[in-house]
Amino acid sequence: MRFSHSALYLAVTGTLLAVMAGLGAYSCFAVVAATPRLVRMSLMVKNLELTDLCLFSEASYTRHLSMADRFTPFQDSPMVFEHFPSGAVAGPPPHLIPIQNRRWIQGGED
Amino acid sequence: MRDALERQRHILDFTIASLLRRKGKNGSLLAVYTLIIFILASVLFFTHALKREATEVLRETPEIIVQRTMTGRYQPIPLAYADRIRDIRGVITVQPRLWGYYYDGNFLANYTLVVPREDPPEPGKIDIGSGISRIREAYPGDIIGFTGHDGKPRNFSIRKILSDESQLISADLILISEADYRDFSGISADQATDLVLRVRNPKEYTTIAEKITRLLPDSRPIVRTEILRTYDAVFSWRSGLVIVIFSAAALAFVIFAWDKATGLSAEERREIGILKAVGWETSDVLQMKFWEGSAISLTAFLLGMILAYAHVFFASSFLFAPVLKGWSTLYPQFRLVPYVNFGHVAAIFFLTVVPYTVTTIVPSWRAATIDPDAVMR
Repeated sequence: MRFSHSALYLAVTGTLLAVMAGLGAYSCFAVVAATPRLVRMSLMVKNLELTDLCLFSEASYTRHLSMADRFTPFQDSPMVFEHFPSGAVAGPPPHLIPIQNRRWIQGGED
Repeated sequence: MRDALERQRHILDFTIASLLRRKGKNGSLLAVYTLIIFILASVLFFTHALKREATEVLRETPEIIVQRTMTGRYQPIPLAYADRIRDIRGVITVQPRLWGYYYDGNFLANYTLVVPREDPPEPGKIDIGSGISRIREAYPGDIIGFTGHDGKPRNFSIRKILSDESQLISADLILISEADYRDFSGISADQATDLVLRVRNPKEYTTIAEKITRLLPDSRPIVRTEILRTYDAVFSWRSGLVIVIFSAAALAFVIFAWDKATGLSAEERREIGILKAVGWETSDVLQMKFWEGSAISLTAFLLGMILAYAHVFFASSFLFAPVLKGWSTLYPQFRLVPYVNFGHVAAIFFLTVVPYTVTTIVPSWRAATIDPDAVMR
């Protein structure tokens, strides 16, 4: 038995759509299943009074992004530029951005 | 109706056969297209899931933190400041917080030392994050030595390893007793790293922060809403990593669509001429081109999205790890909760599939309206 090209294409597309729908359904279940873990982590944040995610541990101002200030990225020395790679990946926190530039950055949320 | 469907099926048959005749060209087109969508979707999935997870996890972060600066540099804050802040109306509690960093030259890693208020380790003992445990191969009962502020080594016995599931917040943490921390860091008994406040009414965060700045001009208050907004802004699509990857992918897509929109190859023009000569209507040719554009773009979209989902949520975004790690040797191993914003999925669909399909049709329409004889010549 030989399938036509259109039948094969529709079968492949249908399968891919079904996989996507399956992943969408998986997301819904996984989010519910992750709730207890997130609650435990939130409790840990509360007990240890933590402020940041441990994403970039190479420099203090990227390890604690929300505690960062304007000067440590420049190593507290005139003419020394910020040089840690994660400084290029993560921008400054919103409260350190001058008011006139803030709308542009914060307007980008989603 | 049945005839119309049958007609579309035949056109689709012909379109797929035509695409398969140019396997190499269309295969590479599909691969590049899939790659662009994969990159865009991976970035969107990753940043959105990270922002959501940060919001969920950090919702219990301290309400207001007060730090002290002197000529632009952080200084330990005197505990006497706490008494003055406590007098501000609306402040419920003011607690000193002790924390700091330790650079481990042997493993080239930065650790974060924290003194927990509840259930702290006894003096001489520490709890360590699973990231530290992994790189140092250290486990409960083992002894770890650190060099203190005075250059003298201090040994600590590991009481426990912090839970593996919390690596995203605790991979580099060392929990230590207050006595050990003060001895290790040299911070005096009347000082703390910063102060943590609890406030009666969350609407008063800003007002209280302003009062603190007026009362203690060398202080720097940071409120919870700012902490929560940080991850939203840092990983918004207009910042840092995201805009760099986005720009590159968007530019690639523009070049790609431009190439498609500016004209057909001689072979494609000849094919349209032959179809017109054997009796195909202009509308049939356009339908064929619509199917051609849709077949490539829809397949690339579906494949790119599925691969991006698997990359971010099943494979821990391993392609982004080198970017995120930077020079740090201590990096958490975490798997993000698959928070998916279906608006992002729709946006990628409308920004990639629709323009590509349209740019496929436009030049074909120009070719299909010319006399077949002229097109074939």
